[in-house]
Amino acid sequence: MTTQTTAGPPPVATRRTSAPRSPGSRLERRRQRWGWLFVSPFLAVFALFLVFPLFYAFGMSLFTSTLATGTKFTGIENYVKAFSDPLFLEGLLRVAAFAIVMIPAQLIVALAAALVLDSLTSWLSKLSRLLIFVPYAIPVVIGALMWSFLYSPKFGPSATIFTAVGLPTPDFLASDTVFGSLVNIVTWQWSGYYMVVIYAALRSIDPSIYEAARIDGANGWQTATRIKLPMISSSMVMVITFALIGTLQFFTEPVVLRNIAQGAIDAAYTPNMYAYSLAFSYSQFNYASAIAFSLGALVFAGSYLFLFLTRKQSGLK
Amino acid sequence: MKSKLLAVGGTVAIAAAALTGCSAGETSATECTNKIVNADATQVSVWAWYPAFEEVVDLFNESHDDVQICWTNAGQGNDEYTKFSTALEAGSGAPDVIMLESEVLSSFSIRDGLVDLTEFGANDVAGDYTEGAWKDVSSGDAVYAIPVDGGPMGMLYRQDILDEYGIRAPTTWDEFAAAAQALKDAGAPGVLADFPTNGRAYNQALFAQAGSVPFEYDNANPTEIGIDVNDEGSKKVNAYWNDLVEKGLVATDDAFTADYNTKLVDGSYAIYVAAAWGPGYLGGLSDADSDAVWRAAPVPQWDPANPVQINWGGSTFAVTSQAKDKEAAAVVAKEVFGTEEAWKIGIEKAALFPLWKPILESDYFRDLEYPFFGGQQINKDVFLDAAAGYTGFTFSPFQNYAYDQLTEQLYAMVQGEKDSDAALDDLQASLEKYAGEQGFTLK
Repeated sequence: MTTQTTAGPPPVATRRTSAPRSPGSRLERRRQRWGWLFVSPFLAVFALFLVFPLFYAFGMSLFTSTLATGTKFTGIENYVKAFSDPLFLEGLLRVAAFAIVMIPAQLIVALAAALVLDSLTSWLSKLSRLLIFVPYAIPVVIGALMWSFLYSPKFGPSATIFTAVGLPTPDFLASDTVFGSLVNIVTWQWSGYYMVVIYAALRSIDPSIYEAARIDGANGWQTATRIKLPMISSSMVMVITFALIGTLQFFTEPVVLRNIAQGAIDAAYTPNMYAYSLAFSYSQFNYASAIAFSLGALVFAGSYLFLFLTRKQSGLK
Repeated sequence: MKSKLLAVGGTVAIAAAALTGCSAGETSATECTNKIVNADATQVSVWAWYPAFEEVVDLFNESHDDVQICWTNAGQGNDEYTKFSTALEAGSGAPDVIMLESEVLSSFSIRDGLVDLTEFGANDVAGDYTEGAWKDVSSGDAVYAIPVDGGPMGMLYRQDILDEYGIRAPTTWDEFAAAAQALKDAGAPGVLADFPTNGRAYNQALFAQAGSVPFEYDNANPTEIGIDVNDEGSKKVNAYWNDLVEKGLVATDDAFTADYNTKLVDGSYAIYVAAAWGPGYLGGLSDADSDAVWRAAPVPQWDPANPVQINWGGSTFAVTSQAKDKEAAAVVAKEVFGTEEAWKIGIEKAALFPLWKPILESDYFRDLEYPFFGGQQINKDVFLDAAAGYTGFTFSPFQNYAYDQLTEQLYAMVQGEKDSDAALDDLQASLEKYAGEQGFTLK
């Protein structure tokens, strides 16, 4: 069944002919002026705080400044160094591993919750939606700080819980367990947000389709997997794209957790942390800019590739 | 239509003006945390995080007509250094006088961030400071900061815990290891001490006690550096502590976390090998056990016949290259902690250990009784000798990086991934590689 429910673009105004002309009438120009006036404050801030620093940082990345010998122009040498830097590459592999583990985890939780809540109609559904969403409302740093206390062997409940059951208390901040601990924090925080997006998409499906499915003999599971999922695929693609971009730039939670786990989380744990340490701990601003732009380029390439691969599902064809 | 344009234009203008009002300008009189006594005098901006520093600033402002201090607390340690580093890179925003720990002085002097104070009369006050303290702020003939407080090291121990298990406070590292074993054999719930892999300067000081001289650097030849972190002394100390870790006789908790602070005061560590600011740090931790009996003793030695004193931390005041009036800034750096009154505040309220000889060698300081230690005169017993015997230390111009690498290597070691010698060898290799990348020639 391939019912199209998404609306197409609105019909073009009939006044225009085939090729759009530059606005000729005074009314058009005046309207354009108002538009520019309203956008100008945002444009000013945007240009000053985003565009200009971007160009400046890119310019900085073309120079090399060593502690001993000062600054000189080196072109793309910094980028060559970045892509052959074992710390950067290790960090990339690590965020890729995070992406492979975290994104399915968040999505499964979000999807399951959204599908279940979509089927419920009682006040329990509203309450559950709120409760699942609340972790997203907590600022990221505060959430990470809270979890760092929960993970702490002294202050957290893990010691009490595990000894009550009779098992040895795991160390959540050891080098082999800190990966899972971070996955836990991010899943807890972001599943609610994705759930809300998926739930909204589910709500926009025409209910008559479910009736038709029931007449055809589909049970709940088949309805969920064969009908609901394909129909919200464009929202899913959007959600996965955001999750991918966010995970590749993973920064806040490891930095906050680093305060109590300096051995397990080193200064170059993720590429973003590496850029931050280079700039602010080691005063290597030029190389830090190169790392940041390299990461940005990779995130762009990754998202583009993902959107290309899912162009059918996302409706972007 | 025209009035609508005016209305919108006016709103945009107001919004823009409001935004510019939010921008941080230069330090003006209204932005100082302290009060300016003499509004016409030259104002010198100071960044410092000492506790109870406002009283010291007020003291200075009231006694000086021509110079006034405008103080702000720009963060502690690395937080402040990050801001200073960014300000140096940006070319503006740095204060006139800044509080820096001696370990980061060469990191900033190599970036031309600090003024050589010899042309502003630094050598006039050289005699007021101990030899070790003056060496820490000098590089060759240049002097980049005025010493303020130091961190000579001693051993703080829980007398009640050691008495409970019949252990005498150790005086040598061999006795320390034996005491650790005895404590464990007696079934004590805690351990003798902690070996933090993120101890940074603490670990470096322990290595230095065995004769390690990790860095050779002189600002007069800024492109040359000598690195020797895997020498015999360091390897001996590292192997010693790794042995204790492997036997489970010491903990490996990260220092200065909430967990660590709790364990310091609840008896999980019987001994805290500490700097002279350790007592202040201990006293400031809440939930201090009121039954605890703390005492101070000299730091354990490798060779009791030849004691070596070590230092952990300690801060200085430096004049930055962005100071508008360097002469006035130098006066502030030299004189803010240059009076007995200022130091009485520093000692009693901020628990600082003075490096300024007139108060360091005074009877008042020597006979000071510390109620936290049950009235023990810890300066006379421990810290004065430690300070006098300290001969100074040379840090690298990339000390932050060196410490991060040290933490990584020590962590790998205590996790069992490599042995103690390999950890130091790998550290040497990584530091040499980094120095090469930064354009240094290795001596």
